Amino acid sequence: MTLPRLLPPRVAQRVASLALWIATGATVGALLFIIGFVVRRGASTLSWEFLFASPRHSGALGGILPTVVSTFYVSAAAVIVAAPLGVAAAVYLAEYTKESRLTRSIRSGTEALAGIPSIIFGLFGFAFFVTTLGMGWSILSGGLTLGLMILPTVIRTSEEALRAVPRAYRDVAQSLGASKWQSIRTVVLPAAAPGVMTGVVLGIGRAVSETAAVIFTAGVALKMPWSPFDSARTMSVHFYTLTMEGISDDMAYGTATVLVVTILVINITAYSLMNRLTRKYR
Amino acid sequence: MMMMMRRARAWAGTASLSDELIERALLFAALSAVSTLALITLFILREGLPVLLDRGPLAFLGGVRWAPGRGHFGLLPMIAGTAVVTIGALVIGVPLGLAGAITLAELAPRRVRQLLKPTIELLAGIPSVVYGFIGMEFLVPLIRTGGPLGGPGYSALAASIILGIMVLPTIIGISIDALEAVPQGYRDGSRALGATHWQTITGVVLPAARSGIVAAVILGMGRAVGETMAVIMVAGNAVQFPTTILSPVRTLTANIALEMSYATGAHAQALFATGIVLFVISLSLNALAGVVRGTHRGAAG
Amino acid sequence: MSAHRICRTVVALLIAAGCSTADAHTPSQDGVVVTLAGSTSIQPFAERWAEEYGAGRVIVQSGGSTAGIKAAHDGTADIGMSSRSLVPAEITGLVQTVVARDGIAVIAHASNPVSGVTLAQLRSIYAGEITNWREIGGRDLRITVITREDGSGTRDAFEQFVMDETHSITTSALVTAYSGGLRKMVSQDPGAIGYVTFSQLNPQVRPLAVDGVAPTEPSIADGRYRLQRPFVFLTRGEPTGAARAFIDFVLSGPGQQLAREEGLAPVAVQ
Repeated sequence: MTLPRLLPPRVAQRVASLALWIATGATVGALLFIIGFVVRRGASTLSWEFLFASPRHSGALGGILPTVVSTFYVSAAAVIVAAPLGVAAAVYLAEYTKESRLTRSIRSGTEALAGIPSIIFGLFGFAFFVTTLGMGWSILSGGLTLGLMILPTVIRTSEEALRAVPRAYRDVAQSLGASKWQSIRTVVLPAAAPGVMTGVVLGIGRAVSETAAVIFTAGVALKMPWSPFDSARTMSVHFYTLTMEGISDDMAYGTATVLVVTILVINITAYSLMNRLTRKYR
Repeated sequence: MMMMMRRARAWAGTASLSDELIERALLFAALSAVSTLALITLFILREGLPVLLDRGPLAFLGGVRWAPGRGHFGLLPMIAGTAVVTIGALVIGVPLGLAGAITLAELAPRRVRQLLKPTIELLAGIPSVVYGFIGMEFLVPLIRTGGPLGGPGYSALAASIILGIMVLPTIIGISIDALEAVPQGYRDGSRALGATHWQTITGVVLPAARSGIVAAVILGMGRAVGETMAVIMVAGNAVQFPTTILSPVRTLTANIALEMSYATGAHAQALFATGIVLFVISLSLNALAGVVRGTHRGAAG
Repeated sequence: MSAHRICRTVVALLIAAGCSTADAHTPSQDGVVVTLAGSTSIQPFAERWAEEYGAGRVIVQSGGSTAGIKAAHDGTADIGMSSRSLVPAEITGLVQTVVARDGIAVIAHASNPVSGVTLAQLRSIYAGEITNWREIGGRDLRITVITREDGSGTRDAFEQFVMDETHSITTSALVTAYSGGLRKMVSQDPGAIGYVTFSQLNPQVRPLAVDGVAPTEPSIADGRYRLQRPFVFLTRGEPTGAARAFIDFVLSGPGQQLAREEGLAPVAVQ
């Protein structure tokens, strides 16, 4: 596959490089602009009152405390589901099996799950958790649904982390008399911990930013949740509602800022964890 | 090593838990993802299949009128809406994404790449509602009043642009992986034969990474098809066939999200049936990406 | 280790903040919490009534009028909220209490010179037959028709009053699921026309008179402005206990005054 010669090679090279750099700059610039714009407008709304007060007039006044707490609970529920299940699954895939039809189908299943739109998870969560299991719109329904949604992320990242642990660790442990499970539990898992944590943290990030799946499972009740069976409005749902109802631009920007900053912090944590893992085995 | 010696002393003589039991438990966990998939399939089908069979899939998919209040459940306008918006997103996302990937993988010095790649992936974490919000604040008014465009502003164009930006991190990330997987030997050999850097990229590296890049595009497409919030906020959600890029459109995802809160009975079932269609589309795209990647893995040395 | 400590501190702070905020969870006299569910049009008012009644004693969910009616039937909510009239089949077993009247105002951009339309014109505009403002005496500007989504009680009421057998809302109309959002869209597009509940009117949009009658609290209360609907609280049988107490509050002087402040037309106090 060769392109027609429009320009002499050296000139084509310069032109192409320039075009590529401009395109890349535009991409990064657009993405940074979005964050910068939101944070700049929203920063003025931020205050202790904003973070720790309750909303009044459907969110036009006051603060966003219940939504912050709700986001925390829903994400926590999601992690409680996804972390043990996901890490266990990753351990199985990485340690107990060779490549076989079983592992390939497990992997395809995980990949497929990862690609399913969040609104489908919302529909499923509504049909299964909210309606069939009778949990109603609740933190539990929302958390379980999100947990299933972030499961593939945790599995994938944990498996990579486990595979990155050198064979030597396992061989030495087993030659010293440990059973397979003991060697995994006491040697391999701790060594892979940063990578596994990365997956969990990335999952949390995804859970915090999710809206479609949460609206139909956790509901939109704008009050402080007191039990896992309470309906709760997360920050992203609150932001969405504020925006779509045109309730308050200031509140919307403020909520968006908190949301964006939270997610950035989460993702930066994930990446520094990942760096720690890869640096160990450099 | 010292740590392991200490542990070895702890292991000696310890009654080990039944390793078989552990293995069973872990297998069970590993099947969780697959069983979730099965569960989702089951429930979406259970809720949506009745109306699909009742009306006939062809009437449902091919019906041109969506008016649940009067019993019309035609999905074609929304299928068209999803198609137009997704293609538009790719038109924007693929060139920019590919450009970004090539720049970072081939042209940029290592330090720059180590800085920019995580930055772009970080930006992938921005919630879709924030993207939609920016679209509402900037893009929609711009299209409506800024120059030769026009129309209500809420349009397929607005949705395409926003989605195009949203799929960039996906396309860039996976394409970079594909490019980096091309053996350095290919490049060295090409340069040794006298080709310029750019000729090497277009003539050797890109073709070699082709299937990975195609997979990236397909996965980006999957992301665009599945996006809900941002699209609802900027596309206008009119239940019509888009006649121009400036027409308001409604995607399959928006259709579900807009009416789900209120729907009961056949209407709700029809929304689940829309979910079935979406589900099938995203599974197919996923499978396609897997096949494309698999081909590459088989072919390369 | 330090991450663990940070986690604990954060959790402690959140709990402390939760306990210290003004609306700490105070159970009502009998400890019972009243649940309302239904119309999203009524929801913000229900939330305001709930705020005044005593935060933590009332929970308000949305879901739409149809869902609210169903919730009242099933008992999943103490009070179902409906902003549309019930069909005979739905009424059985339920007691309707009208708590306020809500006008549906037709709105246009604040700069729009047109001040009123006839019902026939409104119907034609929404059916897509009249497409330019100049056809009804306004500027040469394409009309952007905006509507609520299918299933909305507000849309139902609008279609009931305005549209008919041969005229349904055009498929090219922009659709939004949010009342406030619709108003915002109209306030930003000079060619837009839309409809919102009377309480949603603000200086940023211009209400249009329909058949010569402008939407105002008096014209809604005495029925001259015909595009209106009752806000209804539904209970399975006569309301009792905590539900009764809440409904009594809503119908009381302060409750109705609150309704008027928020833009509803009151009903006669019992």
